[in-house]
Amino acid sequence: MSIFLDKNTKIIVQGITGSEGSYHTGRMLAYGSNIVGGVTPGKGGRKSEHGLPVFDTVRDAVDATGATHTCIFVPPPFAADALFEAHDAGITFAVCITEGVPVHDVLRVVAATPNMRIIGPNCPGLISPGKSSIGIMPGHVFKEGNVGLISRSGTLTYEVVDLLTRAGFGQSTCVGIGGDPIIGTTFVDCLREFANDRQTEAVVVCGEIGGSDEEDAAAFIKAHMPQMPIVSFIGGRNAPPGKSLGHAGAIISGKFGTPQSKIEAFEAAGVPVADRPSQIPQLLAQRMPARV
Amino acid sequence: MNLMEYQGKELFRRAGIPIPRSRHVTTADEAADFVAQNPGEWVVKAQVLMGGRGKAGKIKFATDAQSARTAASEIMATPMPPNRQNPNGEPINSLLLEEKLPIALEAYCAIAIDRTTKKPVVMVSKYGGMDIEEVAEEHPESIAKAFVDVAGGYWPFIGRELSFKADLDPGYRKALPGVIGGLYDLFFRYGAKLVEINPLALTQDGRVIASDAKVELDDDALYKNPEFKQWQTVLPLDEDETLATQAGLGIRNFRRFGGNVGTMANGAGLAMGTMDAVKNAGGSFANFLDVGGGANAERVRNCYELVMNHTGAKVFFINIFGGITRCDEVAKGIVEALRTTASRKVPLVIRLTGTNEDEGRRILADAGMTPVETMDEGAAEAVKLAGAAA
Repeated sequence: MSIFLDKNTKIIVQGITGSEGSYHTGRMLAYGSNIVGGVTPGKGGRKSEHGLPVFDTVRDAVDATGATHTCIFVPPPFAADALFEAHDAGITFAVCITEGVPVHDVLRVVAATPNMRIIGPNCPGLISPGKSSIGIMPGHVFKEGNVGLISRSGTLTYEVVDLLTRAGFGQSTCVGIGGDPIIGTTFVDCLREFANDRQTEAVVVCGEIGGSDEEDAAAFIKAHMPQMPIVSFIGGRNAPPGKSLGHAGAIISGKFGTPQSKIEAFEAAGVPVADRPSQIPQLLAQRMPARV
Repeated sequence: MNLMEYQGKELFRRAGIPIPRSRHVTTADEAADFVAQNPGEWVVKAQVLMGGRGKAGKIKFATDAQSARTAASEIMATPMPPNRQNPNGEPINSLLLEEKLPIALEAYCAIAIDRTTKKPVVMVSKYGGMDIEEVAEEHPESIAKAFVDVAGGYWPFIGRELSFKADLDPGYRKALPGVIGGLYDLFFRYGAKLVEINPLALTQDGRVIASDAKVELDDDALYKNPEFKQWQTVLPLDEDETLATQAGLGIRNFRRFGGNVGTMANGAGLAMGTMDAVKNAGGSFANFLDVGGGANAERVRNCYELVMNHTGAKVFFINIFGGITRCDEVAKGIVEALRTTASRKVPLVIRLTGTNEDEGRRILADAGMTPVETMDEGAAEAVKLAGAAA
């Protein structure tokens, strides 16, 4: 198994005929994702450039295909609307790639869609290597295996995965949870899933400065996952306070969100913190044997 | 987007939050005229985004036209002095004249977004007038919090409970639920990330009045309130933000530091990681730069010139991991940028991995450039070259 998605997961793409949506649908299909259709209002009845059926509404798409998962590539003003529409149509798992969604929109969506897990917004998506991918992650750096990975960043995730793969550590599922202050799925949500996943034997948590999601993760690990080998990394250790570097969520204000606080929390939970990404495989190897 | 005090108070006024009588002016003459026509005691406050106005002597008092003119001239004569977070200081372009309140007590009241509960959090403390981080440090027990259910919204009981939990003076009790109600309305209506009244004054004659206003609006929601686009123009971007905008980057995508290794990466996480790698290799980074997705030749050239022209970089470390970004496009961008730039030349260290990396490496090789294999290797090489060039 893996978490959140596997080979048979039926996926639709909201915004499938847009340039981003279309391009990444092609890449997901090439990876083997079971994409069963897409939604673009006004283009229902046509085929996408990949030959997939296009529907006017998410409800039509769900009725016709039985999809449970959606990948959203719509501009920021329409992202919350797309998420509410997906929830209303019975979608249970939504990945919102869109960057720049108003934070109050996200607050309202997460408060009112209890039956749908949301990954993101402003995230690269997730991948269960060898099985399926939803989002924009570059499939070729991943390799199937038993290390779970959770990250707030996109490109830094690829960096870490590349190092893991080269060191012989394949991955069960890698989730890019997104860099915004309010996100649908947190580290703790993912850890809870990994704790119950048979395929996952170790977890890498890639945090960054800002917020307290890492501290929450450390507390959860200490209480619920003391046996699982877990390694962490904190990006942006050299960022100055008061200035957000790129990610809206990556900001140190006062004593809140500092790397020191996160490092202390992980160490108190028995989770080693890598000084740099290239140290992660080594720290993992100390806690579990690599499988090549 | 942070609002100036007078802008925040305009939103307070619309939301029915009591504010002092005031006038926003841009010159000492206007200040003098206003006080001449409106006798009384006035506070003259510099309108800036930086904190610490009082300590910097940028809040003064006036009782007549002459003292108003003097206070205004003195305040506007020099910019706000720099501090750690605002190394450039801040120009003072306008003033707020405000009735001097007979303040008896000062409380603190704010609404922010709590990341953990994913809800708006209302915070009240009886220790107003000081920075909330100081309050959190010195009187953590004094900050009463309530998390608001987004669907149900704010109801006055929340304010009543907070006034008791925070042990506010009884003089606040009647007004507080309404003040927080107004604050919540505007927080929600305008998509604010933070609304703060500090201090919330209790006057000797029993009035509860917002003596200062801090409002941070969500940049991503500005499209919903086009009127703020005009407000934004009076708010100065800092120098780094201005440079980023000129280079076609987002305002958060570029920041300068003192070091000599120029950096550029795609994605904020990797860009921060690149800075960390330079530091780990014993070097000092000149900047943070997230080039974003779709790094074409023009974008790469702009970034290269941005770093060359505005930092002390002695080497330029390009660290690209292709996801959305395709390595071949970046490679073309690098080659083209270097061919066409008029900026100074420094040694390049290029790390290029991910989507279409073979094609990207071939393009670089054809142009006589050899990429390094890993981030650590690139950082070490860049630090070495920067040291050699020093």
